[in-house]
Amino acid sequence: MKNNHYALPRFSRRFIPIWRRNFRVWKKMAGSSILGHLADPVIYMLGLGYGLGGMLPSIAGIPYITFLAAGTVCYSTMNSASFEALYSGFARMHEQRTWEAILNTPITLDDIVFSEMVWAASKSLLSGLAVLAVIWVLGLSHSPLVLWLIPLAFLVGLCFAALGLIMTALAPGYDFFMYYFTLVITPMVILCGVFFPVAQLPVWLQSVSAWLPLTHAIDLARPLLTNTIPAQFVWHIAVLAGYALLGFYVALVLFRRRLSQ
Amino acid sequence: MNTVIRARNLQKSYAGQRVVDGLNLDIQRGECFGLLGPNGAGKTTTLRLLLGLIAPDGGELGLLDHAVPQDARIARLRVGVVPQFDNLDPDFTVTENLLVYGRYFGMSDAQIRARIPGLLAFANLTAKRDAKVPTLSGGMKRRLTLARALVNDPDIIFLDEPTTGLDPQARHLIWQRLRELTAQGKTLLLTTHFMEEAERLCHRLAVMDHGKLIQQGSPRELIEQNIEPQVVEVFGETSAAWAGQHAAHYAQRFETSGESVFCYVQDAQPLVAHLHTQNELRYLHRPANLEDVFLKLTGREMRE
Repeated sequence: MKNNHYALPRFSRRFIPIWRRNFRVWKKMAGSSILGHLADPVIYMLGLGYGLGGMLPSIAGIPYITFLAAGTVCYSTMNSASFEALYSGFARMHEQRTWEAILNTPITLDDIVFSEMVWAASKSLLSGLAVLAVIWVLGLSHSPLVLWLIPLAFLVGLCFAALGLIMTALAPGYDFFMYYFTLVITPMVILCGVFFPVAQLPVWLQSVSAWLPLTHAIDLARPLLTNTIPAQFVWHIAVLAGYALLGFYVALVLFRRRLSQ
Repeated sequence: MNTVIRARNLQKSYAGQRVVDGLNLDIQRGECFGLLGPNGAGKTTTLRLLLGLIAPDGGELGLLDHAVPQDARIARLRVGVVPQFDNLDPDFTVTENLLVYGRYFGMSDAQIRARIPGLLAFANLTAKRDAKVPTLSGGMKRRLTLARALVNDPDIIFLDEPTTGLDPQARHLIWQRLRELTAQGKTLLLTTHFMEEAERLCHRLAVMDHGKLIQQGSPRELIEQNIEPQVVEVFGETSAAWAGQHAAHYAQRFETSGESVFCYVQDAQPLVAHLHTQNELRYLHRPANLEDVFLKLTGREMRE
């Protein structure tokens, strides 16, 4: 009668009250949260976009700042989902014992981990929307297709929340997360075409890049800004969804093992 | 009387070490049942098994007519838990903690809000209803945790060391509330280190050590069955020497611990008369209590 850690996840609507709990906490510090989501990516985007962009010819027929805006939506969403899944998720699991309190009710661990993923994606959607708002205000895109960035940001959020939760499940403490940001997130920002086209990289790095989820997110986001339907969009969506689903399953198995001790 | 918590030959090991070893338990509706044992005896693991939070390696478990862990989720709809460590939501007020927790049971906001004034009154927290958790004292936090465990009007309440770390005033208030719950017909299962707590609150007790139940019964039965009715504690630098010479003559049983000698006797008069003549020794004569039973059953050595 051993616990089966590898059982498929059981989804239910019971994750909703946990999502609402997190939303209620978030509302209490919404001001600083929104500022944090907005300030950092926008400073980079404007600084590099106008500063560096002024010295550059247009890239693939679009001004550099527009090129950068597509990357910024994606990496800002990625960062936000990762921070929430790692630091805030770890606080709820370990430091505040919020999960322990919830597990004493009729809610299961599957519900909790699912709620963490959906919550982190919801919060990161806000980051994506904040950058999108700046794109509109600056008039960087007039494409109606740009509205597709909203569901895309949610999908990118799910994907990086799931990957981040794997780290949370393995983490002995907060310091552990530095490895993930230094060894995974930062290289991802450099290799996936946020600041320059992936084609500029040596061929072997391009093939690494092709495996990284952020590359697929940006391959979807960039054409949408110029009102173009992305090439191979089904494939890119499938890769992001695949990372999200597989990441969620791996994280869930690891959490089941960790919390059965 | 019907059994609401039932365990048969329950087994659980961690890394090859048996933490729960062939445990049998029957707890009746309306009873306050205490699980006693030194640190590491397996009390908390037993509670987690009964709640279906971890799966046993062997044995059978029932909680309110549901098989555990298979149907534990459904059983937990009718259960409240006061955990050993506070896990209230620090970002929320007292009221918000109750509201948010009630939602985990699938209750509507209207249902929960209807219960909140009663829960606040029960926990003596009405004046603190809008206070944030970090501003509460330790006793208030415990009372809020107790109120939170009652939000779903449970039939059974699990309490893992409910008064550890509280001052006497706070502890007495918790005890009073737990007695009220018992009077309402709730079933209570609590673990504790405090023998006084167990003696005051529990109808029945089980002493647990090394994953096994070693004794079960009412506090009075445990004392009567395990130990002589009178205890004389003898203190002083020369107590050990005195014990070597005289203790066996006056006491049915005695134990030496540092500079104290615990003499267990049927009739204390001859011993007390003798101690009057020993000027360098002090003594305390008292009836035997649960702590004496506990120390006899689980030994005096420290558990780390």
